[in-house]
Amino acid sequence: MTATTEELMDLEEALARFDPVMGLEVHVELGTNTKMFCSCPTEFGAEPNTQVCPTCLGLPGALPVVNEIGVESAIRIGLALNCEIAEWCRFARKNYFYPDMPKNFQTSQYDEPIAYNGYLDVEVDGRTFRIEIERAHMEEDTGKSTHVGGATGRIHGADYSLVDYNRAGIPLIEIVTRPIEVPGHLSAAVARAYVAELRDLIVALGVSEARMERGQMRADVNLSLKPTGAKKLGTRSETKNVNSLRSIERAARFEIQRHAAVLASGGTIVQETRHFHEDKGTTTSGRVKEEAEDYRYFPEPDLVPIAPSREWVEQLRATLPELPGARRKRLAADWEISEFEMQSVVNAGALDLIEATVAAGADAASARKWWLGELARAANEQAVELAELPITPAHVARIVVLVAAGELSDKLARQVIEGVLAGEGDPDAVVAARGLKVVSDDGALLAAIDEAIAANPAVAEKIRGGNHAAAGVIIGAVMKATKGQADAAKVKELTLSRLA
Amino acid sequence: MTTDLTRRTAAELASSIASGEVSAVEVTQAHLDRIAKVDEKVHAFLHVDAEGALGAARAVDAKRAKGERLGPLAGVPLALKDLFTTRGLPTTCGSKILEGWLPPYDATVTRRLREADVVILGKSNMDEFAMGSSTENSAYGPTRNPWDLERIPGGSGGGSAAALASYESPLAIGTDTGGSIRQPGAVTGTVGVKPTYGGVSRYGMVAFSSSLDQGGPCARTVLDAALLHEVIAGHDPLDSTSIDAPVPGVVEAARAGVRDGIKGLRVGVVKQFAGEGYQAGVMQRFEESVALLRELGAEVVEVDCPSFDYALPAYYLIAPSECSSNLARFDAMRYGLRAGDDGNHSAEEVTALTREAGFGPEVKRRIMLGTYALSSGYYDAYYGQAQKVRTLITRDFDAAFGRVDVMVSPTTPTTAFKIGERADDPMAMYLADLCTIPTNLAGNAGMSLPCGLAPEDGLPVGLQILAPAMADDRLYRVGAALEAALLQQWGRPLLDAVPAL
Ligand SMILES: [Zn+2]
Repeated sequence: MTATTEELMDLEEALARFDPVMGLEVHVELGTNTKMFCSCPTEFGAEPNTQVCPTCLGLPGALPVVNEIGVESAIRIGLALNCEIAEWCRFARKNYFYPDMPKNFQTSQYDEPIAYNGYLDVEVDGRTFRIEIERAHMEEDTGKSTHVGGATGRIHGADYSLVDYNRAGIPLIEIVTRPIEVPGHLSAAVARAYVAELRDLIVALGVSEARMERGQMRADVNLSLKPTGAKKLGTRSETKNVNSLRSIERAARFEIQRHAAVLASGGTIVQETRHFHEDKGTTTSGRVKEEAEDYRYFPEPDLVPIAPSREWVEQLRATLPELPGARRKRLAADWEISEFEMQSVVNAGALDLIEATVAAGADAASARKWWLGELARAANEQAVELAELPITPAHVARIVVLVAAGELSDKLARQVIEGVLAGEGDPDAVVAARGLKVVSDDGALLAAIDEAIAANPAVAEKIRGGNHAAAGVIIGAVMKATKGQADAAKVKELTLSRLA
Repeated sequence: MTTDLTRRTAAELASSIASGEVSAVEVTQAHLDRIAKVDEKVHAFLHVDAEGALGAARAVDAKRAKGERLGPLAGVPLALKDLFTTRGLPTTCGSKILEGWLPPYDATVTRRLREADVVILGKSNMDEFAMGSSTENSAYGPTRNPWDLERIPGGSGGGSAAALASYESPLAIGTDTGGSIRQPGAVTGTVGVKPTYGGVSRYGMVAFSSSLDQGGPCARTVLDAALLHEVIAGHDPLDSTSIDAPVPGVVEAARAGVRDGIKGLRVGVVKQFAGEGYQAGVMQRFEESVALLRELGAEVVEVDCPSFDYALPAYYLIAPSECSSNLARFDAMRYGLRAGDDGNHSAEEVTALTREAGFGPEVKRRIMLGTYALSSGYYDAYYGQAQKVRTLITRDFDAAFGRVDVMVSPTTPTTAFKIGERADDPMAMYLADLCTIPTNLAGNAGMSLPCGLAPEDGLPVGLQILAPAMADDRLYRVGAALEAALLQQWGRPLLDAVPAL
């Protein structure tokens, strides 16, 4: 398939003329110790085809046995997403041929999902959007193909392909939303916020690390446009395996612009799957679904129905941890900040860091100031996540404590941070090595002040005459003489009393 | 006891070995010799594992020498249907697509046989992937009926049944999806049991139709079948559909049948299994058996199971549907045959070429039937409707078993037909399983045991006994009582009439 350059419409124009409708299908790999239907380990990064057995290789005769922890995780996710939990449900076979699928059917769930009818609230721009969850169901992952040779890295045109079945049979939960209709200019951001919120929820539940860069969480973005105000849904495209939060936003925007261009020029959208290209932020056509893939679902005869008892479900509900939304509300109250301010904390990826910094002894305002200020800037400069900076909440808490005790000025504190980030050791080590200390010894300061007064007699006269603002010149000179280690407030106080 | 070891029953062989009268090696060697002598004509085996069998026999003799306790079938030879995986031993399922495949694991049934020190002689022939009623669909050539080498031994487990009737093995394992244990048993004059679904583990038994497949024992006597049943049955955590309950005491039931009889037992004769298409000699022997049951003190009544009329069409939607999915894994990627991998074909084309070359016509027919039946838009009309019939059949059984303890019928409407006679007429072939299929759909238990030779052709007739789920012991109790009474009438086992090969 040759890649064609897609016509795009300007985003603002597109959103003025069309309303986007989105649907998100998110796959979460559960962090169970063993696979969904066999007892093979699930460790990430093992040598290819070392974590396999007759069942997950689909050898003739092998049979599946359901992993109880997988079911429990699915129920907990369902409960956290405010879903109803099925009293009785079954697995189903989804039949299609692909070399990395050992049985050429995926054991999944079809019309009887374990959890359904739920919702998740997400916040964007200070507004709350309720994303309705249609269903969350259990299934197994496929193996992983690597297509060697050829231009596209896809199976067509490859010289040969390698398949690693270590991933085959790892439990997946697929979470499907109902159509999401929000103001067009927010739709991409809402999509991103939903996946981010879902990720945080999954992590809080402890059922998966949900690391998108490892493929532990993957999103399909379904998108269609309809003319502004219209009721009837348009034809959708399904952009598969979008693997970062940023990409979700970009993929959604790209598809809005592409659909708009096609529709505006009188064309029709083809229902198809599309691939997202991280490097260019574009999507290209994958399989065209003209034969409307028929998966020939039927109940999996090798497994018995799952009927979670209500007692079990209630027990799981009672032991759910605090979920991200509730936690944000609690912390916002504790830290005395608004939900809007909390959102910038979350967006910066600073929530855990600030909480840990406060736990390590810092006050909330200072912790927030450093992480969202100096440290956010440093992370931005280095193009890394805040959490990836080589500084810990304990370090930041120590710096906050030193500033509060008057041993460091803000300016010195910034130097300490710079030192820690440069790998010079923990804050105390940097303070010691760089000799950073607020000069608060009155004698030393008075000597420096007297020197400055002597050097600036005219200024001294003004201050004596009541012009306190003129003290800045003296303070500046003192700071310069002490290499910035003096406490500016202290210098001002001493200067004014000297010239009173 | 006869001095010809191949003529002894499994129970006799086990006690001879345990007492030291013969060694397990002698017993195994006698059967290997018999196979070498006659299997060229019968073709019951696809693979004979002489070395493995003698090794297992030597281990039994060593255990005995050390004074270790031996299991009830220790040292007794067995033919294992080629549908069960055997570690390091070819497992073809009668298909070209698995030619040369050496499984890396043992089926649970295989493992239990080994643990019980049963000596596996080799893998027996079968219709490809257990699809057929004549063993003519084996990719490796048909098995012949020891009663008449021009005739079929039934199927799909024709190899297992023929191995028994030709004295190549005293025991065999079969699988029964629609009658593949019972119908071969009937047409070869041997005993075959389809246990309750979930009674014997399906782990390592290559799936044809998962919701219908059930492994079970094949033997020349009811007691031998019971002894084998207890070795292979029981809960298996590797099979989710395996029943987690004690195995019914079938050996004790077989003994009780002979010892205590069946006085007062309520027997139902299935109204639907008679009439057009039923061979006169089959009906005659069947009716004589019913009369004999009555003589033995059973109360015989007719039971009406109207839904049984829809069993065959329902079966031919459910079984192909499941098989179309189960057999999808044979795609040339990981094991078995690979055709067209010449650098000019895509993976998809190699899969298609391999399936084209590797599957026989009956397998292809069923994959296509099933693929169609499961297609969107047809699912409700075909697969969905068939599942409803299944529910109705189960209700008919429930109602009948409210009135009777067991039900009886001919196992199959005719005696063994000629090889090639029905090969081009799938519908005629499918009719062979008319009486056996309802039990698979309902998941209860069934047995076929020989009840005489049809006067018109001198070929064996099978009587089918049906029992409720998890009441497999009733089959053995009735079967053993009837077997003893028949033996008394005949003066010798039916199989003694098998012509010398
Ligand atoms: Zn595995």
